Amino acid sequence: MTSPSSLKSAGPAAAPAAAGPPDRRAPRPPGLRARRRRENLAGYLFMSPWLCGFLLLTAGPMAVSLYLAFTDFNLFDSPKWIGLDNFSEMFGDARWRKSVEVTLLYVVLGTPLKLAAALGVALLLAQKRRGQAFYRAAFYAPSLVGASVSVAIVWKAIFSDDGPVDRAQRGLFGVDVGGWIGDPDWVLYSLVVLTVWQFGAPMVIFLAGLKQVPQELYEAAEVDGAGPWRRFWNITLPILSPVMFFNVLLETIHSFQIFASAYIVGGGAGGNACGPADGSLVYTCYLYVQGFENSRMGLASAMAWMLLLAVGLVTAVLFWSQRRWVHYEGGVGSR
Amino acid sequence: MSALAAAVRRRKTGGSLVWHFAALAVLAVVLYPAVWLIGGSFKPSDDVIGSLDLFPGDPITDNYTGLKEGIADVSIATFFGNSLYLAIGSVIGVLISSSLTAYAFARVRFAGRNIFFTLMIGTLLLPYHVLLIPQYVLFQKLGWINTYTPLLIGKYLAIDAFFVFLMVQFIRALPKELDEAARIDGCGHARIYLSIVLPLCRPALITSAIFTFINAWNDFLGPLLYLNEPQQYTVSLGLKMFVDQEGVANYGGMIAMSLVALLPVLAFFLIFQRFLIDGMATSGLKG
Repeated sequence: MTSPSSLKSAGPAAAPAAAGPPDRRAPRPPGLRARRRRENLAGYLFMSPWLCGFLLLTAGPMAVSLYLAFTDFNLFDSPKWIGLDNFSEMFGDARWRKSVEVTLLYVVLGTPLKLAAALGVALLLAQKRRGQAFYRAAFYAPSLVGASVSVAIVWKAIFSDDGPVDRAQRGLFGVDVGGWIGDPDWVLYSLVVLTVWQFGAPMVIFLAGLKQVPQELYEAAEVDGAGPWRRFWNITLPILSPVMFFNVLLETIHSFQIFASAYIVGGGAGGNACGPADGSLVYTCYLYVQGFENSRMGLASAMAWMLLLAVGLVTAVLFWSQRRWVHYEGGVGSR
Repeated sequence: MSALAAAVRRRKTGGSLVWHFAALAVLAVVLYPAVWLIGGSFKPSDDVIGSLDLFPGDPITDNYTGLKEGIADVSIATFFGNSLYLAIGSVIGVLISSSLTAYAFARVRFAGRNIFFTLMIGTLLLPYHVLLIPQYVLFQKLGWINTYTPLLIGKYLAIDAFFVFLMVQFIRALPKELDEAARIDGCGHARIYLSIVLPLCRPALITSAIFTFINAWNDFLGPLLYLNEPQQYTVSLGLKMFVDQEGVANYGGMIAMSLVALLPVLAFFLIFQRFLIDGMATSGLKG
């Protein structure tokens, strides 16, 4: 990036040259109102791609989706208003409740484990040692490919009957429970491992946050006799809390939306997209099945709005709770 | 004094040893699936799951040569071409639309700016699945099923708020004096955007481009919804079709194809990892 000093020198040097044609600057500067109008016009013009996208692809569809949630709609016949029937059907549906259960378990297990791994490894990598940059890059790589079909296929193989994980658990612990993929009670845990494996993205964010912790604080605390645990608890964590908040928020919201890996990992032969006995029937998978395989678009819209409500609720609780545990005084991560 | 120094040094080497041991242990876990994938792609189908060796005693290349036949009469090159087309189209769209929008938010003082900015940030948290059905209905009515338009249009309308946000943060950090000097010279917003802000934004543009490429390449749900003709399939869909049609019978081929599908992403990562990691890091800090 250009340094500020060179910018300052560029300013006056360029000014006389542009002042050459007098007609450009000679007319009285336009009035305040005209200038404001010009700024408004420029703003809306520059913003127009996003504004069109927001109205046509986000806000409009959201309104339509809300309407469809109260209708019976199969894409070809026009939607029929049925009031709250979709919602009562949904709540009465054992498979829907199963999908909620599966998704909540996935979120509640996967997100904290992933963030704990991210923080732990970030603390390790925060020490300046040889190879630090290499490790950082290598640990980050899974985050880029984790959601791909390829990795889902690899996961399915590694956790299948007689696969490496099955052999390891037999060899090391003597437990013979078979592959996780074929077991309704275990298939979800293979997805949890898959999300924890992608700890690199939050780790990189933690690392950037750790760089901002002033070293003097640690030195002062050490002089005062604070041990490493005390220093971590009373210095590192509070200063890291805004970054932690950001990671918790984004990772939780992402977890709710897991689709491709569950669809592939759980997908057996015969179009069963949801794992053995619905063991990996995550919410979005069931939404896809209802909306696009069963053509129940009204019902699927109702399901989508329940997802939105759940995510909104979690977001609200997190924002409300941040007063208690997020410290912005340090100036790190403040808005 | 020297005894103390020696003790400190001893403690440091001890710590260093533990550090490297821990880092290597994490590395082993993180890289295991990748190593397994590479090794497996050179094994005969029966041994991919069956054999415990990471690398086969006598490696075969049949899995790769078999890919020449393609999947369901569609050649692998077609899938790659389709994915490439989508990924590059997405990159161009995101770069243009996000940088224009970000410029408005960061440098133009217009009425309602804060409200729109808040709305834009709000869409960052919006689950995509709420829009799935109505967008599908819309694109179906427009006759866009089985075209790439539904997968691309959002990129040209700055629907990925993350990149707008990234660029807003970046533009805000640029020195204001530059704009002011240009304005005194009689430059309008278009000139300032094109000849000052855009060139200085290069790091943010590169980060956005790489992330967009990788996301488009990996995308599965979008193509699954909108593309029904195998000729149009992306690599992700082709891979899924491979699994459904050949599955366990051609395990080796499936594994080889999985690896080949990842190569562009890995290549991008190896070349640009600094941009990716730095972009990721700043997104969190300024959030």
